Amino acid sequence: MAYQTTRPNMLAAPAVLWLLAFMVAPCLLVLSYAFFQRGTWGGIEYTFTLENFARVFDPLYARIFLNSARIALITTILAILIAYPAAYAISLAPRVRQPMLLFFAVLPFWSNYLIRTYAWIVLLNREGLLNGFLSYLGYQGEPLSLLYTEAAVITGLVYNYLPFVILAIYSTLSRLNPELMEASRDLGAGAFRTFWRVTLPLTLPGVAAGGVFVFVLSIGNFVTPALLGGGRFQMIGNLVYDQFLTANDWPFGAALGMVLIAIMVALLFLQARATSHASGERKGDEA
Amino acid sequence: MTAAAPSAKPILKIEEIVKNYGPITAVDRVSLDIREKEFFALLGPSGCGKTTLLRMLAGFEVPTAGRVLLEGRDISPLPPERRPLNLMFQSYALFTHMSVRKNLAYGLEMEKLSRAEIDRRVDEILATTDLVRFADRKPEQLSGGQKQRVALARALVKRPKVLLLDEPLGALDKKLREKMQLELKRMQHEAGITFIIVTHDQEEALVMADRMAILKDGRLLQCGTPEEIYEQPADPFVANFIGVMNFIEGTVSATGAFEAPGLQLAVSSNRSGPASLAVRPEHIAVASAEAGFGGVIEEIAYHGLDRVLHVRTSASQSAIQVRVSAETGARYRPGDRIGLGIDAAKARLFHSAA
Amino acid sequence: MSGIAPKRLPGRIILLLVFGFLYLPIAVLVMLSFNESGLPTSWSGFSTRWYAALMGNGEILHAAWNTLVVAIFATLVSTVLGTLLAIGMETRARKSNGLEALAFAPMVIPDIVLAVALLTFFSRLNITTGLHTIILSHVIFDLAFVCSVVRARLKHFDFSIVEASRDLGASGWTTFWRVTFPVLLPSIIAGALLAFTLSVDEFIIAFFTAGPGRSSITLPMQIYSMIRFGITPEVNALATIVMAVSATALLLSQWLNKEQIQ
Repeated sequence: MAYQTTRPNMLAAPAVLWLLAFMVAPCLLVLSYAFFQRGTWGGIEYTFTLENFARVFDPLYARIFLNSARIALITTILAILIAYPAAYAISLAPRVRQPMLLFFAVLPFWSNYLIRTYAWIVLLNREGLLNGFLSYLGYQGEPLSLLYTEAAVITGLVYNYLPFVILAIYSTLSRLNPELMEASRDLGAGAFRTFWRVTLPLTLPGVAAGGVFVFVLSIGNFVTPALLGGGRFQMIGNLVYDQFLTANDWPFGAALGMVLIAIMVALLFLQARATSHASGERKGDEA
Repeated sequence: MTAAAPSAKPILKIEEIVKNYGPITAVDRVSLDIREKEFFALLGPSGCGKTTLLRMLAGFEVPTAGRVLLEGRDISPLPPERRPLNLMFQSYALFTHMSVRKNLAYGLEMEKLSRAEIDRRVDEILATTDLVRFADRKPEQLSGGQKQRVALARALVKRPKVLLLDEPLGALDKKLREKMQLELKRMQHEAGITFIIVTHDQEEALVMADRMAILKDGRLLQCGTPEEIYEQPADPFVANFIGVMNFIEGTVSATGAFEAPGLQLAVSSNRSGPASLAVRPEHIAVASAEAGFGGVIEEIAYHGLDRVLHVRTSASQSAIQVRVSAETGARYRPGDRIGLGIDAAKARLFHSAA
Repeated sequence: MSGIAPKRLPGRIILLLVFGFLYLPIAVLVMLSFNESGLPTSWSGFSTRWYAALMGNGEILHAAWNTLVVAIFATLVSTVLGTLLAIGMETRARKSNGLEALAFAPMVIPDIVLAVALLTFFSRLNITTGLHTIILSHVIFDLAFVCSVVRARLKHFDFSIVEASRDLGASGWTTFWRVTFPVLLPSIIAGALLAFTLSVDEFIIAFFTAGPGRSSITLPMQIYSMIRFGITPEVNALATIVMAVSATALLLSQWLNKEQIQ
């Protein structure tokens, strides 16, 4: 590129060093712990073992893994199903109003996660607003136990990550050349077929980006299952938490964490591959 | 300011300059002398290396080999900020967060001039470039033509020894571009500064430049005045690139005649063998149909002042273009058979490489 | 309207429903914080007594102070590092996949994993935990977000103005302060505000890296321990304040970002 005296690598160096020291090194350390044994009194005994990874596939834990994956998947699908129409509606709004609509759709995402989850406790608990509303409508029976259910956990996750999926899908929608849709109509496709054959395929990268993000954050979530699922509801995140803070089995907790990272890396890799394949993106060089 | 004519004294010498990007050679051993106070154009198709050459002069690219001498001093090792040359950027590169006045003052502030001196020179350049009314505007509040003038003024106010202009009119529409061509020429004349302009538009180069250099694939093909290049192109590429040129493939006989199917023309050549004859449309006259060489009119294009006849002949694959006055042209219809007389003295002969 | 023009009504209904879903829970929370009785089901009149109660709660004030200290220091460090990283990445001759992954990772790594990794790391190196370790950890993701905001601005930054400045006689240093920095400033502030909110709101990593005892407790940790025992009117008031602070910072950040793009 252009003439430079300041080296780009030198500018990046402080941040890179920070991330290497406080993100990469700790993650590698935890990874190494996953290959050691748990000491008799907690602690670590530096004897090599693969047992921690084997335990991940123990039916007891494998069930929690599968359950987490199932919940994350349902969350992802629901979030996409709600976010797509919302993003589409924003992209059809008058141009001047789109940034504002988008901003208010995304605003909750950046605000406090705990509080947003707490708001659902207020709505869903036995003396909560939803039950109050039901009895106001004339419902006579026992108050429904809405809280501490799988449905509550999924609702909380969808609620928390929906804004991001709207953002991801909107950003691909807004980059679409409207002439493509017009061309499809011109060639004789109806509105519905145009959406199905042109718009949707072209926005799949955005759907994939949003979907992977929600799945990754949901499967490793700790706060939502802890608060909305109650103590008896476990996901991988809670399992990791327990190994470190209550069971004091750091090697096993480390193994669980590494499996989470592996899932994340695999999904992001697949998504990146699929996206670059789909768009065939290439930057032209200037003479 | 007094008008200044170009002198023969070179101000900038480019010596055997080379720029490689990995295996790609962008500029290949180019040497040029640019004279004091002249308007010099670097012309060539996109990717020919002209912008790279200009950026090496400004100091933004480091040459792989070769030197640049300004008034006899080697400036190759100097960074851009220490070179007494200024560049007018193709994108104008105006500082969007500064007013026009602050943009103009910026370069003078870097010279650590006094505030009073800076203000005086900025006011002066605002007046000569007709920008006084826009002094306090931000670049985004200006039209394309106004931005172009600010970019020019910002470089000129530094009173550089040489002003480099990278496609300065590229972003303007045709009408404004033609107006600005003359404007640039006037300013160069008044300021008495050497201008080196990069352009891909041959017409622009012909109109503005005192001398020009044609580049292709990083190599210098020809350097000379617009007349020299138009009248005596050094090679077929230059001949074809500048203006319109008809090419007729044939052979030069031992007797000194150029021969192609249906055509025989006496030429002054001491070399025989395959060659191509290059002749401009205005150097072909319409003769009576009985003349030896001729063809059938395929198309007549009206250009206002003149008409161009596209004539299908037996001598060449493509139709031969003949420029005639509008009135003369009006006498013909497509399908008419006409004779053609080639002005041998004005035609150029390019021998095929052995 | 005829032809291809979109029909507006279904779109409006969808947006109404989605925005209702997004904002209703928050609205309910805010309303309850002003409810005299503090009960979720009955409205007994407007009152600010729960806010007054907060102000008298030393523990909460202590946690709020800690949060502020963490957020301010983490924001300062991450803004500098993130901005430099963004400029470094955008001025490189070619994209480095390793660098891209490194800058992206903090935004997607499950926070529980990063939290336990940091806990392990600090305990292995015998580093005393406290506010400083929270700050250190928050800088990790804060800098990634600052970097992405500043990079978005750099994507449509005309680098020829940097060359123009050099050409007009300015050194690299002068060019940075007089040209590059002023043009980037709105996006740097926008990034800093985002980092600040993220830091104020972050719970899990703070929870794991704060160390034992109450001395380095932050507001989210305080809120977590309060809501685990159910709904209290004080939490509603506290939540309202925290949301108001975040929303203000984000509105400001958005406004700055919009200013510079137009």
